Amino acid sequence: MRRGCWEGKAGQGWAGKAGQGRAGAGFPAVRGESLLEGQPTRVLLFRGRRAGQAQLLLSPGLLSRKAMISQFFILSSKGDPLIYKDFRGDCGGRDVAELFYRKLTGLPGDESPVVMHHGDRHFIHVRHSGLYLVATTSENISPFSLLELLSRLATLLGDYCGSLGEGTISRNVALVYELLDEVLDYGYVQTTSTEMLRNFIQTEAVVSKPFSLFDLSSVGLFGAETQQSKVAPSSAASRPVLSSRSDQSQKNEVFLDVVERLSVLIASNGSLLKVDVQGEIRLKSFLPSGSEMRIGLTEEFCVGKSELRGYGPGIRVDEVSFHSSVHLDEFESHRILRLQPPQGELTVMRYQLSDDLPSPLPFRLFPSVQWDRGSGRLQVYLKLRCDLPPKSQALNVRLHLPLPRGVVRWTSRASLGLPAKGPPPRLLLWGWALPASPLNFPGTHAPASRSASSGWRSDPAATPTHTSGCDT
Amino acid sequence: MPYLGSEDVVKELKKALCNPHIQADRLRYRNVIQRVIRHMTQGLDMSGVFMEMVKASATVDIVQKKLVYLYMCTYAPLKPDLALLAINTLCKDCSDPNPMVRGLALRSMCSLRMPGVQEYIQQPILNGLRDKASYVRRVAVLGCAKMHNLHGDSEVDGALVNELYSLLRDQDPIVVVNCLRSLEEILKQEGGVVINKPIAHHLLNRMSKLDQWGQAEVLNFLLRYQPRSEEELFDILNLLDSFLKSSSPGVVMGAAKLFLILAKKFPHVQTDVLMQVKGPLLAACSSESRELCFAALCHVRQILHSLPGHFSSHYKKFFCSYSEPHYIKLQKVEVLCELVNDENVQQVLEELRGYCTDVSADFAQAAVFAIGGIARTYTDQCVQILTELLGLRQEHITTVVVQTFRDLVWLCPQCTEAVCQALPGCEEHIQDSEGKQALIWLLGIHGERIPNAPYVLEDFVENVKSETFPAVKMELLTALLRLFLSRPAECQDTLGRLLHYCIEEEKDMAVRDRGLFYYRLLLAGVDEVKWILCSPKSDPSLGLLEDQAERPVNSWASDFNTLVPVYGKARWATISKCRGVEHHGPELPNASCATSGPLVPAENKERVQDLPDSGALMLVPNRQLTAECFEKTWLSLKVAHQQVFPWQGMVHPDTLQMALQVVNIQTIAMSRAGAQPWKAYLSAQDDTGCLFLTELLLEPENLEMQVSVKQSKTRTETLHSFISVLETVIGTIGDFKS
Repeated sequence: MRRGCWEGKAGQGWAGKAGQGRAGAGFPAVRGESLLEGQPTRVLLFRGRRAGQAQLLLSPGLLSRKAMISQFFILSSKGDPLIYKDFRGDCGGRDVAELFYRKLTGLPGDESPVVMHHGDRHFIHVRHSGLYLVATTSENISPFSLLELLSRLATLLGDYCGSLGEGTISRNVALVYELLDEVLDYGYVQTTSTEMLRNFIQTEAVVSKPFSLFDLSSVGLFGAETQQSKVAPSSAASRPVLSSRSDQSQKNEVFLDVVERLSVLIASNGSLLKVDVQGEIRLKSFLPSGSEMRIGLTEEFCVGKSELRGYGPGIRVDEVSFHSSVHLDEFESHRILRLQPPQGELTVMRYQLSDDLPSPLPFRLFPSVQWDRGSGRLQVYLKLRCDLPPKSQALNVRLHLPLPRGVVRWTSRASLGLPAKGPPPRLLLWGWALPASPLNFPGTHAPASRSASSGWRSDPAATPTHTSGCDT
Repeated sequence: MPYLGSEDVVKELKKALCNPHIQADRLRYRNVIQRVIRHMTQGLDMSGVFMEMVKASATVDIVQKKLVYLYMCTYAPLKPDLALLAINTLCKDCSDPNPMVRGLALRSMCSLRMPGVQEYIQQPILNGLRDKASYVRRVAVLGCAKMHNLHGDSEVDGALVNELYSLLRDQDPIVVVNCLRSLEEILKQEGGVVINKPIAHHLLNRMSKLDQWGQAEVLNFLLRYQPRSEEELFDILNLLDSFLKSSSPGVVMGAAKLFLILAKKFPHVQTDVLMQVKGPLLAACSSESRELCFAALCHVRQILHSLPGHFSSHYKKFFCSYSEPHYIKLQKVEVLCELVNDENVQQVLEELRGYCTDVSADFAQAAVFAIGGIARTYTDQCVQILTELLGLRQEHITTVVVQTFRDLVWLCPQCTEAVCQALPGCEEHIQDSEGKQALIWLLGIHGERIPNAPYVLEDFVENVKSETFPAVKMELLTALLRLFLSRPAECQDTLGRLLHYCIEEEKDMAVRDRGLFYYRLLLAGVDEVKWILCSPKSDPSLGLLEDQAERPVNSWASDFNTLVPVYGKARWATISKCRGVEHHGPELPNASCATSGPLVPAENKERVQDLPDSGALMLVPNRQLTAECFEKTWLSLKVAHQQVFPWQGMVHPDTLQMALQVVNIQTIAMSRAGAQPWKAYLSAQDDTGCLFLTELLLEPENLEMQVSVKQSKTRTETLHSFISVLETVIGTIGDFKS
């Protein structure tokens, strides 16, 4: 890693002066300033406060340095307050939650809901698992820090309650308030480390419900509850990090998930226009803290376009970034990530890949559009093919087909699912779980769906059928 | 059974809380309390069980304690007398051997927010500041701020402040950060905590021990510190360099802002910092969290204003993906618009063209406008794309394309020919007011190059009765009149019908007046009309230059990593204006008065207003003298003072009159501008009732203004003050003119 060396002389830029050893190490000691050592500094400090007044007035724009939030609340997706805490009691009553939701739903389309204001109060929120986590403040606060804090709170609540959702939050009101009390005092962040907080949290999480074999439909990432996913049952990970004290059989478990988001833009002739993969390795650890963990990636893992490793094409990503707790001393040589994970969830590694994809796309869509000019009827055939390896399954596949405004009527016949017709919606939507195995699905081609509409007022070539987005 | 009303719930919970069986069973007791808290969160008024909850606070169960304290902090302002009952338990807890209990009790006690609690919390806070557990010290330090704010505008406790300053040396990093926060609040009146050299260096040394929140906050406090020497400045930058690579975006942006501000005299350092921040910003832009992505995009736009080429090689990162929310797509399109350069223009335009057919009409229109923005630099390519878009015959696209054309023709006249060829046929697909106005304007101003322009306008005239927007009718009038000048034969009949309609049948006053005005103008002759309608336009390239002017980094460095870029500068200005009105209501009239007089430059005016004080002259406002009265008094008095002021050129009577009015001198009579000799009669009255009558006389050949003043009571000192006021005004107007 390059150690920065900032130089004042124009033109020198980054080049450090040789032999001066300026690169950031221990500079105040070198300067010989006695920093608050010994008793006398106390007086000196106080005098400094007075003396500094004049200097301060030079930059009135920088005066407000407070970074606190006034209130924090969690709203359900329907706007019901689940948690409400007023840290400072300085602005407004508790109707702010309602006010926020009203503002959010009544926002004009081109304005962003992330930051909204009412009077001298700013609302900043993140949306997480269908919940709104909202902070209000009256200061001109750093948006990055605050958004980061809100996301961190969401993760923390997920860790301590098992998973984040309307149900878990309302079951664990006491625990959430306890957490908030320790994380924020008077609107200032105290600590958000799972480790430190463990010592102060006394309430035990109410775990949603015991796992039952009948309930196979609600397991997803880390076995966490999602609405439609269907994988092998493993709700083990959706338990809180703070295991109940009575429970002696605490399992030392680690869950590792690779989550990839793939955005692909395909031209109407089937060629790839843009591919962008963003992946991360997420870890949820129930190991006692301080235990070291080594995660080995494949040795053929290449970073950047030029690097070559191994004999085959290898696994290539464009950029990688790691969590700050990961030690990378063995990464260059053996592709080993060494870390001492705190309990709870954390993103170990993020990577990005764009343009040429080393492996085929998981799905291929074959559209064909026929337009009968006389009757104004348009027939769209969509054939979706799933190219995952046979032992994998695609879950929760959804296909959106936006319809232009001119559509008068539509009918749909899908080879999987029921035929449908009716008045024109803005968007057609199908959802399936696609097995990739040829055994289950001969010919590995998936549903051909035909939708026809009539009464076009416009040229169908204008319809954006070439865009398709998919989440895996 | 509890139904919807909260009274039944309160009653039932009260009963449960009093039930000795439940009290004996720890878990059941705790459950009842949890229900109280849950109802409280839902907004039910639970203050009715305050007494019972106070009783529940005396327990060894920490979970129960926490719940009860949470309850108390919420309702203490409503029930201050009952809350005092809990103070005893809290005070006892403050000396509990368990530091967690001590901290909890102290925090709750300080958060009670009721009058009269200060006397109870002062001692526990002071004890807490010296507690051996860092947890308690953290709470106590923030407790100081809470106590201070409870007092309201009370005196700052010097000893406490001293104590807090010394606690900056504490071992625990969170205590240190809390000290800063607390001092900042306590010393709000004096401008907040002061970061002098020892403190700054101490904080810099502790930076690595802090967690990310602490780092972000300390970086923010360090903005206040101004290094004494260049050397120290660069030492600080070197020390903080690693924070530019932190994994937390909050810390990276905090550090970047500090760098930008500290290095405000070193543009090359600023550019380097922005280079370094590029990576984290781009990562945030593609972050999973939409909110973070949005904030990052806003900052990218901010940077692009100063360094247009900064993100050009990463243009692909700003391509919209299908599932993104609307507000992010709009931001990305704006960014794309700004980072376009010779290399990527083709790809960016391709991408934008794809957006133009998006299902969301708003987004499609934004994309068209974006292409219009790029067209100012890459005109030919963009006009071609826009022309192709017209071929889609979609209403919502055609209307924005035509609006874009209108702006383009104005800004880049070289594309007029291409636009004129694309226009025919558009009129069938435009329904809204904005689009119609744009089309009609284009047809009017460039009608001679569009063969069917008169007939399109004729169609509009035919349907004018059913036209709902007055603005369209106004535009139609002007456009048709313009076209009439270049193609009279085809337009005369139509124009006649339109004028007839507008004057005789139109209900909208503005349209009717405009019609009448054109009618009278036409009566004056065609040459006159030409002279009025086709007079030279303002220079269009001026606006373009102004638009592209790069803003220096220093102009927004202090806004970096704040809410300003996220709201956008314009919206932020309105927000802070609203807040300004609320906070400084009474000061506003002064402020507006000082800025609203464009005639007299502010500094001069201050001088004018200062003078009456010094010369003990106070002119009374709105003292209107009638002309006869003035004449009578003028003739009866003798000239008290005569003086000449230098003067050049003509007099603008209105300007002079307004300027004089500002200093409470009324104008009785004045010659027309340009009259020779030019004369004016002025009057003023001071608070003692003394009248000042003045004659201004300007002889054209003399280059000077002769002033004669008559006074109703003879007092030399006020007379001199008056003369100097007059001199200032006349001098200012003279300056202003030259």
